[in-house]
Amino acid sequence: MVQMTMIDAIRSAMDIMLDRDDDVVVFGEDVGYFGGVFRCTAGLQKKYGSSRVFDSPINESGIVGAGIGMAVYGLRPCVEVQFADYIYPAYDQIVSEAARMRYRSAGDFTAPITIRSPCGGGIFGGQTHSQSPEALFTHVAGLKTIVPSTPYDAKGLLISAIEDDDPVVFLEPKRLYNGPFDGYHDRPAQNWTNHPLGEVPEGYYNLPIGKAAVRRSGNDVSIITYGTMCFVAEAAVRETGIDAEIIDLRTLLPLDIETIEASVKKTGRCMVIHEATLTSGFGAELAAQIQERCFYHLEAPIERVAGWDTPYPHAQEWDYFPGPARVARALRTLMEAV
Amino acid sequence: MTDFGPLSFTVPEPPVRPGDEPDFSEFEIPRAGTVRKPEVDTDSREIKDLATTMIRVLNRDGEAVGPWAEDVDKDILLHALRSMLRTRAFDERMMMLQRQGKTSFYMKCTGEEAIAIGQQLALSPGDMNFPTYRQQGLLLCQDYPVVDMICQILSNARDPLRGRQLPIMYSSKKHGFFTISGNLGTQYIHAVGWAMASAIKGDTKIAAAWIGDGSTAENDFHAALVNASVYKPPVVLNIVNNQWAISSFQGIAGGDAATFAERALGYGIPSLRVDGNDFMAVHAVSKWAVERARRNLGPTMIEWVTYRVAPHSTSDDPSKYRPREESAAWPLGDPVLRLKNHLIKTGLWSEERHLQSEAEFDEEMRTATKEAESYGVMGGGSSARDIFEDVFKEMPPHLQAQRQKLGV
Repeated sequence: MVQMTMIDAIRSAMDIMLDRDDDVVVFGEDVGYFGGVFRCTAGLQKKYGSSRVFDSPINESGIVGAGIGMAVYGLRPCVEVQFADYIYPAYDQIVSEAARMRYRSAGDFTAPITIRSPCGGGIFGGQTHSQSPEALFTHVAGLKTIVPSTPYDAKGLLISAIEDDDPVVFLEPKRLYNGPFDGYHDRPAQNWTNHPLGEVPEGYYNLPIGKAAVRRSGNDVSIITYGTMCFVAEAAVRETGIDAEIIDLRTLLPLDIETIEASVKKTGRCMVIHEATLTSGFGAELAAQIQERCFYHLEAPIERVAGWDTPYPHAQEWDYFPGPARVARALRTLMEAV
Repeated sequence: MTDFGPLSFTVPEPPVRPGDEPDFSEFEIPRAGTVRKPEVDTDSREIKDLATTMIRVLNRDGEAVGPWAEDVDKDILLHALRSMLRTRAFDERMMMLQRQGKTSFYMKCTGEEAIAIGQQLALSPGDMNFPTYRQQGLLLCQDYPVVDMICQILSNARDPLRGRQLPIMYSSKKHGFFTISGNLGTQYIHAVGWAMASAIKGDTKIAAAWIGDGSTAENDFHAALVNASVYKPPVVLNIVNNQWAISSFQGIAGGDAATFAERALGYGIPSLRVDGNDFMAVHAVSKWAVERARRNLGPTMIEWVTYRVAPHSTSDDPSKYRPREESAAWPLGDPVLRLKNHLIKTGLWSEERHLQSEAEFDEEMRTATKEAESYGVMGGGSSARDIFEDVFKEMPPHLQAQRQKLGV
C-alpha cells in the first residue's frame, strides 16, 4: 500500500490498464503531452506513446463519438471530458449511441467505453465548472454511472469500468482530488496523505460495480449519499452526535438497493444527500425506491438535502453548496420528527 | 447619420415548387470524361477544383470515357447491375408490404442504387460501413440473407434485431454494416473513430462513413471532419446529396452557398464531387478513395450528386413540396438505365437478359417475402422477453425485477 491522492489513484488505474491491455487508449482535451488539467494522465503519453494517449480537439461529441467508434472496432477507450459541465455536447452520443449499441444491434455491436469527467463544486468554479449531472445518466437505460469518493475506490472502480463490456460514466468529484472535503471551506484543506482512505495498493485490483460501502455504522438514521457529500455527512454527524449510518453508494446504477434497504429497516429514518439540484435529482429516485421497500419501517418522512434548484452560482458558492450546517439542521429535524 | 437600411432575413427556396415546371437550368453538368484524375497521393491543396466540378464517366451514348474510365472486371459489372436491379425489386416489394399493412414503415433508395453498390464493390472484407437508412444496396450486393432483411422489416420471430429497431435499421458486423441509429449523423464520427482504431492497431481495414446532404448540418458531421483532419485515419467520408431532406431542399443545409464537397477543403481533406447516378464514376472514385485510405494517405470526402426519386419514407408525400415531375426531369438520369445501356454497348448485357433479371428478382423477393411473412408480420412473433435482454451484457437486478413484473 502507498499513499495516493485521488488523482494519483485514477492515473494509476489508467497506467495499469494501459499496461495490461493493448486495446486500452486514453484521450481527451489536454490529456496527452500536458497530462490533463487536473494531472490525471500526467506521464502516460511518455510511457505509452502518442497512439495510446493523446490530445483531442475541443469537441466533446467528437471525443465520445470517436471513442464509441473505437470501442465498436474492439478497443477499450477511456476518454476524458475535461469538466462534467462540458459533457452536454456529447450527451446525444452517450444516450442515443453508446447506451443503446448492444440493445439495438442485439449484441452484434457493443461500446465498452469509459467516460471520465470531473464533477461537483467546492472549487469556486461557477456555473460551468461545478455541476453534478449524474441523474442525467442514471435516467438513461444502458449506462452504468459511478461516483467514487476515495482514492482506493476510484482506482478499483476505474479499473472495473475500463474492463466492463458496457459503457460507463465515471464522475470524479474534483473537490476530492487532493483530499477529503467536509464542506468547511474556511478551514485548512485536508490532504489524502496520512489519511487512511488514501492508502491504495500499487498494483492491479478491481472493485465490483454496483456495491455500496458503509462509511460509518450507526443505529439512529441512515444517510444515503455519494461523492463529496460523504465527508460533509460525516462532519454533520460529528457535530450533532447523532448515531447515523452513512452509506456511500459508489455506483449509482446499478444501485445497491439491498444495502440501503437493510440499513433503513434497521434505523427507521433516512436522509438522502447530493450536491446536484434537488428536483428530479438522483435523491428523488432513492427516496422513491426506499419508500417502496421500507415504508412500514420509516418513522419519519425521508429527508432530502441537495443543491438548490438554481444554476450553480459563483460568489455565493457556500450558500449554495449543501454544507455541514445544512445537513446537520436537516438531521436534527429528521430526528425530531415523530 | 447611418447609410444602412433595415436588415432582411434570408430563407433559401428551391427554384420550383408543386405546380411549377421542373427547372434544372442552373445545374451545371460537365461533359463525361472531362475531369482530370490525379494520383492518389496528390496534395489536397492541388485538387481543390475537384470539389466544385463533377466527375462523370458514362456519356450519353453509354460509353465510359475519360481518365476515370477504367477496365472493370466483367463479373463485377454484371454483379453491380444485377445488384441494382435486385435492390429495386426489394424496394418495390417492401413498399407493397407497407401498403398492405404488414410493416409500419419503409424507405426506398430509388435513383441512388449505384452509390452504395459502387462503393461496396470497391471495399474489402473486414472494412466497415457506417451507413444511413438509404444504403440497403450495401447488403443487397453481398450475401446477406434477404429473408433476414425482410424479417427485420416485419419485426417478427426471426428478426435478427429481436423487434427492437424500426424497420430497415439493419445491423450486420459480418457484412461490414454498422447498426443504423435513426439519429442523424451520429455514425459519421463513429466511422472516423473506428478508422482511428484500425490505424492505432496497425490493421489494414478501412471505414466508410455515410451521411445525407441534410444531415451534414449536424454537429457530428463537423466533429468527424475535424477528427479526420487531425488524425488522418483511413476513412472514406461519403455525402449522398440527393437534393431533399424530407421536405427541405439541399439549400436549407447550406448547399446553395457552396458544394457539400467543398466543406472538406477547410479541413485540408481531399474532396471530390461525383455524378452519383453513374456507376462507372462511383466505382472508380470509390476505388481511388479506398486506395488512399489503404495506403495510409488518410481520409477522402466524396459528394455523390444524385436525386431522391422516392419519397423520404412511407410517411410523406413529395408532391406536397416538389413538382411531381421533378424526378423524371432530373438531368443525371436513372443509374440502372445508364449502366444497363453501357453494358449493352460493350456486349456484356442485352434487353432480354435485363428483362429476365427483373423477373428473376421479382420472383426472388416474392418468395422471400412469403417465407418471411410466415414468421409473423407487424411485430407478430416477437417476444416480450427481448425487451429486457441486451440492455447490459448481464441483466442487473432492477431489470430482472421489471421483467418479472411484466410476467415474461
